[in-house]
Amino acid sequence: MKLPEAAGLLLAFVARLITGAQGHWYGCPPKAEQRIYFANHQSHFDWVLIWAALPGDLRAVTRPIAARDYWTSSALKHWITREVFNAVYVVRQRTDDQDPLEPLAEALKSGDSLVIFPEGTRGSKGEPQPFKSGLYHLAEQFPGVQLVPAWIDNVQRVMPKGEVVPVPILCSVTFGAPLQLDPGEDKRAFLERARNAVVALKDIR
Amino acid sequence: MGALRTFTIEQQVGLLFLGLFGVLGLVTLIGFGRTLRDLPSEEQELHERFTRELRAVWLGAVLFWIAWVTGAVVATLLFGVISFLAYREFITLTQTRRADHRSLLLAFFGVLPLQFVLAGSRHFDLFTVFVPVYVFFAIPVVSALGNDPQRFLERTAKIQWGIMVCIYGMSHAPALLLIDLPGYAGRGAFLVFYLVVVVAAAQIVQELASRKLRRRPVARAISRSFSWRAWLIGALTAALVGALLYWATPFKPIPALVMGFIAGATGSLGEFVMKALKRDAGVRSWGGKASVTGAVGLLDRVAPLCFAAPVFFHSVRWYFGL
Repeated sequence: MKLPEAAGLLLAFVARLITGAQGHWYGCPPKAEQRIYFANHQSHFDWVLIWAALPGDLRAVTRPIAARDYWTSSALKHWITREVFNAVYVVRQRTDDQDPLEPLAEALKSGDSLVIFPEGTRGSKGEPQPFKSGLYHLAEQFPGVQLVPAWIDNVQRVMPKGEVVPVPILCSVTFGAPLQLDPGEDKRAFLERARNAVVALKDIR
Repeated sequence: MGALRTFTIEQQVGLLFLGLFGVLGLVTLIGFGRTLRDLPSEEQELHERFTRELRAVWLGAVLFWIAWVTGAVVATLLFGVISFLAYREFITLTQTRRADHRSLLLAFFGVLPLQFVLAGSRHFDLFTVFVPVYVFFAIPVVSALGNDPQRFLERTAKIQWGIMVCIYGMSHAPALLLIDLPGYAGRGAFLVFYLVVVVAAAQIVQELASRKLRRRPVARAISRSFSWRAWLIGALTAALVGALLYWATPFKPIPALVMGFIAGATGSLGEFVMKALKRDAGVRSWGGKASVTGAVGLLDRVAPLCFAAPVFFHSVRWYFGL
């Protein structure tokens, strides 16, 4: 076993020890199909939680999105995102000559699954903020990829914004039924529908 | 029983485990035999519950055995992990606020390891007062530094209470395993075994009695089955079982009877208190299935032990004048 693989197993173990990382597959089974998981975003811990809740063989093909400026700023951050998580780097500052979604499109073309947080930023609590349009553009370009909504519960208690050490509290990730972009569906209507699909998972017990 | 006393301690403990696993194996076989026949759906449900409980007992017995074989360090570590998982479940069910983050970190990564280190290293005097005195002082200070007065007393009380039950209570199990009583060195496993058997007997008998008697519950809003008479029957059974097991303990028959009563009675009342807590948190029944947050009812299972162990431990120390 190589070092990144071992580090990944260790991280998943720690995440499970701290949060339980329960995955509830409510709307679809965990299958090795190409998917875009989209979820509410409350903490830096969100990605690790989803990742730890996935079965081992899906972890290898499911990649997070990381902001290039932040996650390559130190050797350790860069190593973890590149080697352990195989993250897709995006540039936060928009430049005229480059499409910010291009790295994502490339990853999808090569058959990988993605996890995205369409709110764009970590919300403080409760209801997620309106979704950014990236999800819509990806759905338009890749109609064959399943869009799976996910609700992450309790994680804001584990690591509130501004804290570094997580407190052990049980969390869960509820995965809903896959969505699809309807032919001719308006961008705003689709994003609203996607957001509602995430929020609806909140009350499933 | 006279012949047993001529064996070495190692052999006696070995026999204890042989007996324990023998009985468990027998019960499992009988249970398996029953599944071969077709059961009516009503009994089916009962059987499933039985299987689940039996699995928990197996797990407990195997953990107990590992704890004994591997010695003080691993035993303490093992009970420490159980305590960690129980406290994690407790905190999940309790409402805390952002300002409690630091106190929770202190509880999980400071108090918990230290308390078990104290138990493992046999510093029983400090072990006894560490949580009620020093932690009781430190937690509210850290919480107050969090700069959030809203429901301050409630939040601090909950954190402290959880520490008392899940960490302080649980840490008395390895302490019992490690305590050196006069003329009883190296046989702590018997004490833990005695405690668990007595508490379990009280619970099972109480459950059966409350079903048979159908008495009016004392506190309907909390438990539909708890009645004083059923509780007394459970505790008296525990006393009887305790007296029958006296040869395995450092007690004479009458003190063994009293100790059995104390452990059984406190264990059942502890479970009753845990029910109140569950109602408060809005959890109807864990029933062995994971709830949304993944709480699986570990707290339920260990609560009687957590409540009974400190009372039992300190009764033992009083009795021997330690």
